[in-house]
Amino acid sequence: MKEFAYERATDVRDALIAADGGARYLGGGTNLVDLMKEGVEAPTRLVDVRQLPLAGVSEAPDGGLVIGATTTNSDLAAHPEVRRRYPALSQAVLAGASGQLRNMATVGGNLLQRTRCAYFTAQVCNKRVPGTGCPAIAGEHHNHAILGWTRNCVATHPSDMAVAMLAFDAVVRYEMLDGPGEIPLAEFYPPVGDTPHCETALPPGALITAVVLPGSAVSPRSRYRKVRERASYAFATVSIAAGLDLDEGSVRIALGGVASRPWRARTAEAFLLDAPLTAEAFRAAADAELAAAEPLPGNGYKVRLAGNLIETVLKELQP
Amino acid sequence: MTNHHRSVISLQVNGVPHRLSVDNRTTLLDALREDIGHTGPKKGCDHGQCGACTVLLDGRRVVSCLTLAVAAEGAEITTAEGLAGDGELLPLQQAFIRLDGFQCGYCTSGQLCSAVGMLAEHTAGWPSAATADVSPDGPAPVLDAAEVRERMSGNLCRCGAYPSIVRAVLETAAQKETEG
Amino acid sequence: MKNAVGVAQPRIEGRAKVTGAARYAADVPIPGLAFGAVVLATVSLGRIRDIDVSAVQDMAGVLGVIDHRNAPRLNPKAGGFFGPDGQLQLLQDEVIPFAGRPVALVVAETLEQAQAAAEALPVTYDEEPHDTGFTADHPASRPAVAIFDEPVNVGDVEAELAASSVVVEEQYCTPEEHCSAMEPHSATAWWEGERLEAIDSNQGPFSIAVTLATLFSLSPDLVHVRTEHVGGGFGSKGLCGPQLILAAMAALLFGRPVRVTLTRAQVFLATAMRPAINQLIRIGADADGRLRAIHHEAAFEISPLVEYLEGCTELTKTLYAARSIRTRLSAVPLDILPPYSMRGPGATPGSFALESAMDELAERLGMDPLELRLRNEPVAGPVSGLPFSSRNLVACLREGARRFSWDTRDHRPRMRREGALLVGTGLAATSFSAGAFPSSATITAETDGTFTVAIGATDLGTGARTALTAIAADALAVGTERIRLRISDSGLGPAWGAGGSRGTTSWVWAITEAAEKLRGQECRGTVTVDTTRSLGELSSRERHSFSAVFAEVTVDPVTGEVRVRRLLGMFAVGRVVNPLMARSQVIGGMIGGLSMALHEEGIRDPVSGRHVNADFAGYHIAAHADVPDIEADFVPDYEPGIPMGVKGAGEIGNVGTAAAIANAVWHATGVRQRSLPIRLDRVLE
Repeated sequence: MKEFAYERATDVRDALIAADGGARYLGGGTNLVDLMKEGVEAPTRLVDVRQLPLAGVSEAPDGGLVIGATTTNSDLAAHPEVRRRYPALSQAVLAGASGQLRNMATVGGNLLQRTRCAYFTAQVCNKRVPGTGCPAIAGEHHNHAILGWTRNCVATHPSDMAVAMLAFDAVVRYEMLDGPGEIPLAEFYPPVGDTPHCETALPPGALITAVVLPGSAVSPRSRYRKVRERASYAFATVSIAAGLDLDEGSVRIALGGVASRPWRARTAEAFLLDAPLTAEAFRAAADAELAAAEPLPGNGYKVRLAGNLIETVLKELQP
Repeated sequence: MTNHHRSVISLQVNGVPHRLSVDNRTTLLDALREDIGHTGPKKGCDHGQCGACTVLLDGRRVVSCLTLAVAAEGAEITTAEGLAGDGELLPLQQAFIRLDGFQCGYCTSGQLCSAVGMLAEHTAGWPSAATADVSPDGPAPVLDAAEVRERMSGNLCRCGAYPSIVRAVLETAAQKETEG
Repeated sequence: MKNAVGVAQPRIEGRAKVTGAARYAADVPIPGLAFGAVVLATVSLGRIRDIDVSAVQDMAGVLGVIDHRNAPRLNPKAGGFFGPDGQLQLLQDEVIPFAGRPVALVVAETLEQAQAAAEALPVTYDEEPHDTGFTADHPASRPAVAIFDEPVNVGDVEAELAASSVVVEEQYCTPEEHCSAMEPHSATAWWEGERLEAIDSNQGPFSIAVTLATLFSLSPDLVHVRTEHVGGGFGSKGLCGPQLILAAMAALLFGRPVRVTLTRAQVFLATAMRPAINQLIRIGADADGRLRAIHHEAAFEISPLVEYLEGCTELTKTLYAARSIRTRLSAVPLDILPPYSMRGPGATPGSFALESAMDELAERLGMDPLELRLRNEPVAGPVSGLPFSSRNLVACLREGARRFSWDTRDHRPRMRREGALLVGTGLAATSFSAGAFPSSATITAETDGTFTVAIGATDLGTGARTALTAIAADALAVGTERIRLRISDSGLGPAWGAGGSRGTTSWVWAITEAAEKLRGQECRGTVTVDTTRSLGELSSRERHSFSAVFAEVTVDPVTGEVRVRRLLGMFAVGRVVNPLMARSQVIGGMIGGLSMALHEEGIRDPVSGRHVNADFAGYHIAAHADVPDIEADFVPDYEPGIPMGVKGAGEIGNVGTAAAIANAVWHATGVRQRSLPIRLDRVLE
């Protein structure tokens, strides 16, 4: 690990001023400190944001919730209103990492975590140095993307939390020195395209302050299902956050482990707007969504798995 | 000239205050082991993937290998060395010995600290991935073997002491309940 | 006077382990300590072009760098149990035989400084075309003869197969697997004049000290290795590890104590692994299930650096009566980390193949797999013709079947459903060879009425400290409170290490012999014995531990997830010294087998040849949530040839479990799993 300066911010403005070019904000550190040990990240300064008044879950005027950026994953998952209104979000967070890591990790940091593609940490690749190639495509890609990837990168996004938040139409709020801003989570992670190193739409230097879950997405009939290679304490192979609104006759579906970002299954959702909510329709909706899948030789099973999950979890959500 | 790459921090470790100068790169794990001499927390992986370094930080279980010492400024830390107050082992520690909840013992400090933190989390009503219904309106999750296993999954054990560890945790929890 | 042997007792060091007080190799405080950080080669074959030491020499705290240009010369004859070992020849030349080979050690005042400089050290290579691709029919494949597993050919396999009513012929594949003890290898070394002192995590301080002495061309009595608490080994700490060799070099060059602790990635890349193996089994039987032929071939990887051969076919010569048996091993040399013993070497992967094939045979015969095994119980060694010293496999099978309610099983596959889940059960029979190696022990009758028992044993978590205390107490006919046991120190004399399921047997032999001698002199003074001679007098017998493993799994066909929800093992391991610890040990072995069945797989990049999952996030070992409550128990057994009647229990727990689980997955789904691990993509429907 390279040497760095450390600063503890107690005020958002001080944090923004302290975060010069080579700086990184330090939340729980569960990913950042790890990547610093691996030499992937080498900030010259860490600005510790955990003392900022950004922790906690509060009511939004529209019946939704505002989740402060430094709320720990544990506090988010245990919060009664999150469990009541967005149970899939609580389940998604609980399905991630371990009890210890959830006690450390923050909501803002969780959104910003980097891929766990082994090539990304072990050697140079397009995500670290543009133009150096993607070794996973010709190499080990058993747990890599099937949707939306390009020849430039086939890595997946590791967050469980973000998958559920995407299904619930979350909006990311941030602060900059010249004022606040917000980005819908659906636009927070740009497509891979030719720029796999550009992982978020967050402006340089911006500090995530909160994630807003809109009241329109309150979804007590929702759940998160994560399939992984060990019963616990492993990243997703494929995961799904799904909600069923019986009054509207609509569904919301997001997938994890299938793309460079959490994947909103808009095609499947649209298909089901005009279809009866039956097992056959769920399967057809899954097939419609996954028609765009482009599996590599080693990860074709994910297409089947994702389809099975969409069908099964939607069936389970029915009364 | 001040060195921007070092910091002076205060930590309360197992009830004893420590003031030390650390390299900002030093993890809480290395500060505990190398600077303070508490080698109960172990460096099994140094990447948050095994749980052997688990300590309680302000009462919550964390992995000390991914916690920077400088970021733990002012915290109260409990390591396995500090679990037994005045020499009397916790019922959990006694159960680990009696039920053989370890073999090589290398993961044990972490398992114990994790179990103490986990039992407090359960008492606080936190659900887990093994909780069928996370709704706050239903009954609180009952601490059965499946719940303990899920909640303790951040602590790997290669000797395979898992079944005895789970039994020790369940017995301790049940004992606490009957004692009210 | 009550016996101590046979009584369930908690571990002597229990309190130290639950209070964090037990000191492992990296925990011992040493004044004036410097830290070494290892740099590993990143290419799979080639030569070092340059190491630019000047780039890190002036970094804060750096004391210096050791590489092939300034490292002390090592004796090329040094080796271990399996002969001369090129893996020990660290920093001797610019040749890179595998990715993960140490190329430099950076030594600095603090750990952070050493690590930062190691990361910054520029190393360039001239790469050469490598070969890390294992296949059974690799052109470089050659026949191999393992120490405990020579090829055999009894009867006429081809004629018996031709005469069989039913023949199973299948291939079974197991991947590279890593020992993955929780304690990364660590050593601290310093020189006291001519004398080399070391604290090291290993499985046998005496043999390690001998190897180290040979490497540095020292008289063995000038090398002293201690290893008080060891955080597991599972084979990976049986050899003189890179941490120790490099620490000793650094201590020599920098004139102060140096600690070298491998990172977790380095443990994966630079210590030891089970090789990838491809096995062919052909079994033929009559319609009534009597075996006519077993043909078992195993091909596995080796490194040109050391001749470690995986004896996969050993238990094929033991388990079943067959009219003909043929075994063959072949080795495929590749540019890989040298494979080495991993818990239950040979037998663990071997039993996966043999016991899966037996299940397939039962399926094709339409027979209960339990009955098939009972029907082929031999009266003497199927290959050797020697009598068994004691053989209680049938008792294990019958008692296991009773407890598991095996008789209620519908042997047809895919008949049980619980909601969305498919449910199945399976079993496997196993054996693991038993024996002892020469060891010495010293007992001193102290004036206060206690006895100091000194033996170069180690306790890796096996419970040796507690077990040997009980053994010594019974051998001396005194209470355990009068025994002062000293272990974990090479200065205590020659002794076999903790390995090969021969630690306890070897040490028990020496302690009981010493106790007998001391009692012969009215328990006064000091006696030292060496068991080399009495071991030589041991009669030729088939000596094995046996077990039967039963598994119940659920399979979610929607996701391919397999969960083991019940696991039962019945064991015949000779006399059980401490039932509490022995049960823990065999349960731990079964969990290792479960982990092998469902999770473990070292994966290489097909282009670079390097491991891509050298961490616990990528190389999964079973976590709490994967492991059900496990039942393990012992049938009465006694080994007549070994003092106290003991056999070994350290490895047999691993053996058989993977096959029992794979057979249960077939029973649940109707689909055979002949490649491990049983990943969800292999099960998904």
